[in-house]
Amino acid sequence: MLTARDAGLVACTRCTRVWPIGQTHCDRCGSRLESRDDKSLSRVWAWLAVGLMCYIPANLYPMLVTKTLTSSYNSTIVGGAIELMHGGAIVVALVILVASVAIPIAKFVCIAYLALSVRRGVRAAPGSRQKMYEIVEYIGRWSMIDVFVVAILSSLVQLNVVAAINPGPASLAFACSVIFTMLSAQAFDPRLIWDHIEADEDPASEGAAETIR
Amino acid sequence: MNLSALPLEDLIACPRCDALYHAAQPAAGERAVCGRCHSVLIAPRRRAGMTIIMMALTVTVLVLGALWFPFLRISTSGLQNSSTLLDAALSFVGGPLLIVSLAVVALIVLVPLTRALLILYVLVPIVFDRPPRPSARAAFRLAEELRPWSMAEIFAIGCAVSLVKVADLADISFGPAFYMFAGLVVVSIVQDTWMCRWSVWKSLDGAEGYR
Repeated sequence: MLTARDAGLVACTRCTRVWPIGQTHCDRCGSRLESRDDKSLSRVWAWLAVGLMCYIPANLYPMLVTKTLTSSYNSTIVGGAIELMHGGAIVVALVILVASVAIPIAKFVCIAYLALSVRRGVRAAPGSRQKMYEIVEYIGRWSMIDVFVVAILSSLVQLNVVAAINPGPASLAFACSVIFTMLSAQAFDPRLIWDHIEADEDPASEGAAETIR
Repeated sequence: MNLSALPLEDLIACPRCDALYHAAQPAAGERAVCGRCHSVLIAPRRRAGMTIIMMALTVTVLVLGALWFPFLRISTSGLQNSSTLLDAALSFVGGPLLIVSLAVVALIVLVPLTRALLILYVLVPIVFDRPPRPSARAAFRLAEELRPWSMAEIFAIGCAVSLVKVADLADISFGPAFYMFAGLVVVSIVQDTWMCRWSVWKSLDGAEGYR
């Protein structure tokens, strides 16, 4: 398999046009060109770390503050889902648990695995790692659902003294966590997944790649 | 075939795995797929340009319309309230949560709207065989970069979840804006599947029109 780098070219990942290696910007779409983004992994780890830091307060602080005539209580993400389950809305509780707990945690693990696998030259099939990357990239945005639910509920449930729902501090932390992990996934350069495979199969091509770099 | 002998504009590199190919225009409805990582590289469709323009116009109308109509109504023991998109977006106003408010407005209103307008700006001239607008390339790049940040369809699912969440607290019903958002979900999906980025970039090169 001939890659653009092996052919002495640099590919634009935005518009798929190729240019002679050494060109810094794509003449067609104006994106910055980088045969392999050396700083990609540092950015992945940086965004991932910030995302993880935001995810902790997102689970500890209340997401919703519900005030009714007689009581006021705070509910966290997991607490809210458990409440729903007790109320019988098991499907919705599962949607919340999947979108706000399972997906974010799976995303942290997958991005970390991908970033490590690139550096360590893991032998897991690149096709499946590529698939994993695509899923992480696609599914990341769906975690925002919980933030939207908070926004909808707190604008809708404002019934004077009878009942009022207000957003809690966790909504900010959770939104930040989702955004930072999306940035982390976007910073990852999937071409790195395929480089090591080429190098493992054919030591000669690795030598050639080294001289070009 | 010796790829290095070909002119650079005839080559295409897979943005996912960097594999290099000779770009050949597939027939409308067919797709060119990377042989190594199976990413779709080229997927032209008949009359895609016109379809995408119509979809972008629809998105513009739906987003603007959805702003003014209530999307959920609630009533319990004689009290009622209805909430528009702007209310929802502005529900965090006051204190540090204002940032969340701004983010929500951006993700569900500004980004989808900006994308639709940028796509119109880029596609209308080239579909009608006019020269592309001066900054069409920058506009199309921005539209592509904004794609993951356009979250109107996620908001629509959020409405459904909220509905169930407060169902035992009060009676709740969908307003017109909810159906507009539901329409928006379908329209955005159609728009994204019809868009062949490679064909648009090729048209912006000035080689040929986009249909």
